[in-house]
Amino acid sequence: MGGNSKHNVLICAAAKGSFWTRLSFVIMGTGCIRYKQYVRGLLYLLIQIVFFFFFKNFALHNLSKFHTLGTQTQIKVWNEELQIFQRFPGDNSMLILLYSVLSLAAVVVFLYIWYANIRDSWYAQESERQGRKINSFRDDLRSLTHERFHITLLSMPMLTLVLFTLLPIIFMILIAFTNFDADHQPPGNLFTWVGMTNVTDIFLGNEIKTNTFFGLLGWTIVWAILATFTNYILGMLLAVAINSKLVKLKQIWRTCFIIAIAIPQFVSLLLISRALEPAGAINVLLQKLGLISSPLPFLLDPTLARIVVVVVNLWIGIPYTMMTFSGVLMNIPAELYESAEMDGAGPIRRFISITLPYMIFVTAPATITTFVTNFNNFNVIYLLTAGGPFSLDYYQAGKTDLLVTWLYKLTVNRNDYSLASTIGIFIFLLVGGCSLLVYNRTGAVKKEDQFQ
Amino acid sequence: MKNLRTRKRIATVALNGLIAFLAILWLVPVFWLIVSSFRAEQGAYTSYLWPKGFTFDNYIRLFTDRKLFDFPRWFGNTMLVAGCSCVITTILTLMVAYVYSRLRFPSRKFLMNASLVLGMFPGFMSIIAIYHFMKAVNLDQTLLALILVYSGGAALNYYIAKGYFDTIPKSLDEAAILDGASNNTIFWKIILPNAKPVIATTAINAFINPIVDYIFVSVIMKDNYNNFTVAKGLYTMVDKTNIYEYYTVFCAGAVIVAIPVVLLFIRMQKYYVAGVVGGSVKG
Repeated sequence: MGGNSKHNVLICAAAKGSFWTRLSFVIMGTGCIRYKQYVRGLLYLLIQIVFFFFFKNFALHNLSKFHTLGTQTQIKVWNEELQIFQRFPGDNSMLILLYSVLSLAAVVVFLYIWYANIRDSWYAQESERQGRKINSFRDDLRSLTHERFHITLLSMPMLTLVLFTLLPIIFMILIAFTNFDADHQPPGNLFTWVGMTNVTDIFLGNEIKTNTFFGLLGWTIVWAILATFTNYILGMLLAVAINSKLVKLKQIWRTCFIIAIAIPQFVSLLLISRALEPAGAINVLLQKLGLISSPLPFLLDPTLARIVVVVVNLWIGIPYTMMTFSGVLMNIPAELYESAEMDGAGPIRRFISITLPYMIFVTAPATITTFVTNFNNFNVIYLLTAGGPFSLDYYQAGKTDLLVTWLYKLTVNRNDYSLASTIGIFIFLLVGGCSLLVYNRTGAVKKEDQFQ
Repeated sequence: MKNLRTRKRIATVALNGLIAFLAILWLVPVFWLIVSSFRAEQGAYTSYLWPKGFTFDNYIRLFTDRKLFDFPRWFGNTMLVAGCSCVITTILTLMVAYVYSRLRFPSRKFLMNASLVLGMFPGFMSIIAIYHFMKAVNLDQTLLALILVYSGGAALNYYIAKGYFDTIPKSLDEAAILDGASNNTIFWKIILPNAKPVIATTAINAFINPIVDYIFVSVIMKDNYNNFTVAKGLYTMVDKTNIYEYYTVFCAGAVIVAIPVVLLFIRMQKYYVAGVVGGSVKG
């Protein structure tokens, strides 16, 4: 609908606009100035001048190289006179791509402002014709504190959102279609567009990468399911246990569990991972107790390592689920229990037909979020096993690596940005697709607008 | 009757015992951390469990032995980064939350859906791009870059605050509008004063996040030792070459970092539930 009405305004302004409104198509702000919106008009004019210079001196230069991402590498020439190598800067694919994305974003913003300039002029012209009051600049400013207060409040957050989330994501999506890897590091070596090579590499072409991707994908899904449901069920049981009438000092017990997870994970997980090593405290303890004669390879054996991360994740996750369920339990309306008691339902019956359904219903959306968080659970895996034990069947990954830790290793250790970006996009498609599907089915989200 | 009472007593003992056992199990690593931080003997691994001697040296070394590991400086960096990003994040989050909760305008639904979708990209992906961008403008490996990275996602994490704002009765706004107040006045004079718990939660969350984060700081700082935060810095103490000599010092540093974080976390946990299950907890 938005696009259509914009279209109409432009057509009306072009067909029925006054000379000044039409002039606004070429020189911004002229229409507004004609209809006495001086400050607004001058601002439009200023924006056009600034954009013109920005485009001529910056955007054009980068966008013209966008299709090749640069051809001229940095060159070193031996200077006989000075007896040194002189460097002549060449193109830098990374910067060309980065600045092109910024330039394109600026063009989009500019086009919108251009449209707004014509719209304003057209509306002002119509208002004058119908004898309505044309808003002065002061009126505009005042409307920013009430009718258009959302613009005032959203401008800063949206700016940060575009700069630090949206544009970076667009940039990384574009990187997925290039060969930006360890062998193509600008300015020494340029990278360029390679189309779908990274995608085909993962799915068909490159055996070891295909192997790694599907191997890790399988484990990531198994991990996310195990981690989510073990925590969910055990956390629920713990919350119910603490909430029982038989238990005194409820808040103190809860605090004990909360202290455990309040310790920064980079500390607690590091301690646990050290304790699990062959010479670590857990092996020492088990040997002292005489349960084992030689140290167990907790983090060195693939299967054992996978069990260990799931178990340690219980230590991290259960307190969170316990906190959630404790809150939910306190919120179950007492009337429900009273009427059930009158109907002669015993404690177990009450739990099964009231407590359980209520808790599951209320926490359903949160469970999806937990699943997504676990799918991308960087900390537990990376800080505990660092993805290990390392595997030769995999490309730069180990047996407990999740897709997201593989992505991290590929970028930080290997500078293999293009492959990492491709994986990032797949993570997004998987996670985003699934959760959007489920979100749209939950009533709570649908009725968000009406609730209050 | 007597049988029933005995059964109840057994159940009480069993249940309390089980919970106590679990609580102890959960606190073992915490206890282990504190004990290790006071251990007199060096090394990450010992062939015995209880330390042979106790000392304050690890804490003293943390603040005096600054040649290799400059903990006081890292602590300062962390406080600066956490403080700034806390202020920025809190302001941005509250503004976004208020707009989505109270104001109705044409692009609202679109913006909220777009935020949901953007939030599903692995946050780590955008960090790489931000790193390259910062490098292009010569701001890489600076504390400013780090502050921007931690506060950049503020506009996406408005759910807790919005959920809280949704529960503040709309009649308050309507009464104020009748008195001639603008939305601007409502935001500052009505919504914010009524939302102190959620402001505290948002601020505490935003303050803790940079302290406990290890990933973003690794990507942004690379090897710029002077600008490390405590998480990144302490981690370098336990790499292969230093772990023997510095393990106990690491534990001391970890205790110092953990104390404020734990206190803030406990303060915040009251509101955790409201954040997770949002408006659906209404009964």
